[in-house]
Amino acid sequence: MKESFIKELTAIVGPEHTLTDRESLVCYGYDSTPELENRPGAVVLPASEEDICRILTLCHNAGVPVTARGSGTNLSGGSLGDAHSIVIQTSRLNRIIEIDEENLTATVEPGVVTSAVHRAVEAKGLFYPPDPGSMNISTMGGNVAENSGGLRGLKYGVTADYVMGLHTVLPDGSLLTTGGKAVKDVAGYNLNQLLVSSEGTLGIFSEITVKLIPKPQAKKTMLVHFPELEQAALAVSHIIAARVIPATLEFMDRVTIKCIEEYARVGLPLDVDAVLLIEVDGHPAVVEEEAAAVRQVCERHRCSSFQTAATADEALKLATARRVALSSLARMKPTTILEDATVPRSCIAPMVKLIQETARKYNLTIGTFGHAGDGNLHPTCLTDERDKDEIARAHKAFEEIFDAAIAMGGTITGEHGVGIAKKKYLPRLVGESGIRVMRGIKQAFDPAGILNPGKVF
Amino acid sequence: MDYVKLINCMRCGMCLSHCPTYKETFLETASPRGRVALMRKLSEGELEASERLLEYLSLCLDCQACASACPCGVNAGEMVAEFKCEQKDGKELSFMEELILRKLLPHPDRLEAAIKPMRVYQQTGLQKVVRKLGMLKMFPKPLERMEGLLPELPGQPLRQAIHEVTPAAGAERGTVGFFLGCVMSLVFSEASRATVRLLSELGYRVVTPKDQKCCGAPNVLAADRQGLLDAARFNVDLFSRHDVDFIVTDCGGCGSELKKYGHHLEGDDGAAAFSGKVRDISQLLALHVDDLKGKLQPLPLKVTYHDPCHIAHCQGIRMEPRQLLKMVPDLDFRELAEADACCGSAGTYNIEKPEMSDRVLRRKVENIKATGAEVLVTSNPGCLLQLKKALSEEVSPIRVMHLTEVLARSLAGER
Ligand SMILES: Cc1cc2nc3c(=O)[nH]c(=O)nc-3n(C[C@H](O)[C@H](O)[C@H](O)COP(=O)(O)OP(=O)(O)OC[C@H]3O[C@@H](n4cnc5c(N)ncnc54)[C@H](O)[C@@H]3O)c2cc1C
Ligand code: SF4
Ligand code: SF4
Repeated sequence: MKESFIKELTAIVGPEHTLTDRESLVCYGYDSTPELENRPGAVVLPASEEDICRILTLCHNAGVPVTARGSGTNLSGGSLGDAHSIVIQTSRLNRIIEIDEENLTATVEPGVVTSAVHRAVEAKGLFYPPDPGSMNISTMGGNVAENSGGLRGLKYGVTADYVMGLHTVLPDGSLLTTGGKAVKDVAGYNLNQLLVSSEGTLGIFSEITVKLIPKPQAKKTMLVHFPELEQAALAVSHIIAARVIPATLEFMDRVTIKCIEEYARVGLPLDVDAVLLIEVDGHPAVVEEEAAAVRQVCERHRCSSFQTAATADEALKLATARRVALSSLARMKPTTILEDATVPRSCIAPMVKLIQETARKYNLTIGTFGHAGDGNLHPTCLTDERDKDEIARAHKAFEEIFDAAIAMGGTITGEHGVGIAKKKYLPRLVGESGIRVMRGIKQAFDPAGILNPGKVF
Repeated sequence: MDYVKLINCMRCGMCLSHCPTYKETFLETASPRGRVALMRKLSEGELEASERLLEYLSLCLDCQACASACPCGVNAGEMVAEFKCEQKDGKELSFMEELILRKLLPHPDRLEAAIKPMRVYQQTGLQKVVRKLGMLKMFPKPLERMEGLLPELPGQPLRQAIHEVTPAAGAERGTVGFFLGCVMSLVFSEASRATVRLLSELGYRVVTPKDQKCCGAPNVLAADRQGLLDAARFNVDLFSRHDVDFIVTDCGGCGSELKKYGHHLEGDDGAAAFSGKVRDISQLLALHVDDLKGKLQPLPLKVTYHDPCHIAHCQGIRMEPRQLLKMVPDLDFRELAEADACCGSAGTYNIEKPEMSDRVLRRKVENIKATGAEVLVTSNPGCLLQLKKALSEEVSPIRVMHLTEVLARSLAGER
């Protein structure tokens, strides 16, 4: 990195927010992706949209690649850059600019943490549903760039379903404004949706307007044990076939249950194949009806236990198992590889079976939990990065799992994005024409290729 | 340091939003995840123990909020402390450390004698003169900060004043050994008196062995392992001579250290038994909520509660203090935003890293003010010192009380 370039960066954000020392760069050499590392040449922390425009203008002129970073919690290596590039961390742009109660929108800076948006809008009786597991630290910019989903995805959709307007700084430093507060907008291409899940390769979001909805009045939480995996999976499909869309429909398999019991002892039986955590929400009367319907379906599918929470405290208790699922798995071994292969809902049982067989074949421990309602599973491999042989087997296993997901009409990633980690699988999913179109879009936004190079394809 | 501890971090970032220094700076180097990464790269030989690296690590408060948040059981704060210990290993204690850790703390008599001049200094009005003339400005900064933190000292340390045995008021249900923290005894003796009164009212005979010594937590801070082991050995033996059901303390810092004696003196059954009996006062009181309920009288105060790190993060106690406060009739309990975030006191951190300590403290004070409470309740001497000073300087000052002071007041029907 040239000294004169660093000087100009410093002039924009100040010395305190320009990092070039070895120790700092080491700490920006990772995100949450296992095994991946790469160190940028410098890191800057701008404080405003204008700062970002100036930084990009500077980088554009100097031909220096730029990678945006929120909190660095993505699981695909998307926020890593090499020694010739700089990282822009957006955390200081953390203002909630406006909550518009008439139009039901919230406008925020990209560095605002997701759960801060939840708190702010819920204080006004409103609701912003996307709730990724990382919501206490992930940023809104990261959520939009990855199109993050969460537990409430089945009923309420994912980040893309809430993005109404964006300010995006383009690679040459100019500002693109798309969408806004109008609910209907068909003027030209839908650039908002194109920018969602662009993983920092098309532009850097500097302001985000999202849609809000009224907060559901009531909620009912249920925990159901199933001795047979197939029956649990059928129950999932049949609940939805019964015209009930639960807000949450989470699945945990036998390995996960065992780990949860070893770590947290929440009282799950060890002899069942699957546990479902189900939540229905909405108008109190409807909630009662839906809960009864859910119970009927589960009993028809031979559940061995059906618990309903009577109070908010009990609801929290029932949800504990799901809440500690990742911790319980992660504590077993030093290295945790968390994937997000996703299949159509009807393929959950065969997919879980296939994951379990693949784990056996390669002699691995893989626990599977996830969002059963939308077919988004998290096969989680517990391993030790020092055991090179086991790591190699894990990669082989996941390759087979992804291929199977594609064959079942699913996808290689339901929410974590492609980044670097899944680059090699993307052509298998979208084909040559898919890649060609994506390249064309990239070319239109970023002809010089300075935005997050090497990611996605 | 054990390498596995370092690779246990899966870099998920769940700790970041709980780390006070990250929240202030947004710098990865000032985050738990970054600190583990720095130690890891150091142990892998990619980084050296440069001054900058040590400086980054030393910004850690060791508040252990990260450990509460970590899905993998990584305790970055403790690891940084351990790392600092290792860096120091073999090096002699400094003159001041030798004086405080070896000559004063293990000898309560000397410690109390040493603090006496401070009391004289306060009581004769000398303090006011010195402050007015700004004479402290002539002393090094740390000294000035230290002096400023001390509230008015009680006439006599509680250790000297208290009877070794306080009988149960009414029918006796059991015996507790009371572990009297140094600072509680020297500075907050009123709170500890309240603790003893509560225990006695609930039917406990309270034994306070006069010979007890500092719990050893300050030795840990200074990487003085021998001093810690000596303190543990001594206290375990001392309390084993009394037949007690529980060992109770009203100091969060002492409590979390005492609970670790069994671990420090590994393989020693006496130490394990000792640690097994240790309870924070809130834990013991919460065992008797039904009894307390009948005894508590109205106390119309707006109150909020700050979780000391040593209580919430190190001992996992969060519910009990709130449950107890909410039981007091007419008391208006208001939950504090970021209640379990460090107040910036953190042992000697507020003296060593004044700038960051002040930033962390400022955030705490703003959150406390936002509750509209008249009284801030907490239960650790470090937090009491830090917050008493800060909140007394506010335009509309907020009182600071120990949990047991509030409860004892309600019990006595004082308003
Ligand atoms: C424990 C754990 C649980 C998780 N659970 C979920 C889950 O339930 N659902 C889910 O979908 N994901 C989940 N994730 C993945 C991750 O948290 C999300 O992808 C999240 O949106 C990333 O946010 P971030 O702020 O950390 O972004 P980063 O990781 O910093 O960046 C992610 C990507 O976004 C780009 N980017 C960041 N900010 C901007 C911006 N302002 N403009 C343009 N591009 C930008 C980056 O370049 C990068 O490509 C989880 C991760 C972990 C570690
Ligand atoms: S210390 Fe724990 S919470 Fe923090 S990044 Fe590492 S694994 Fe995650
Ligand atoms: S101990 Fe406290 S300051 Fe240190 S890393 Fe953990 S949360 Fe941050």
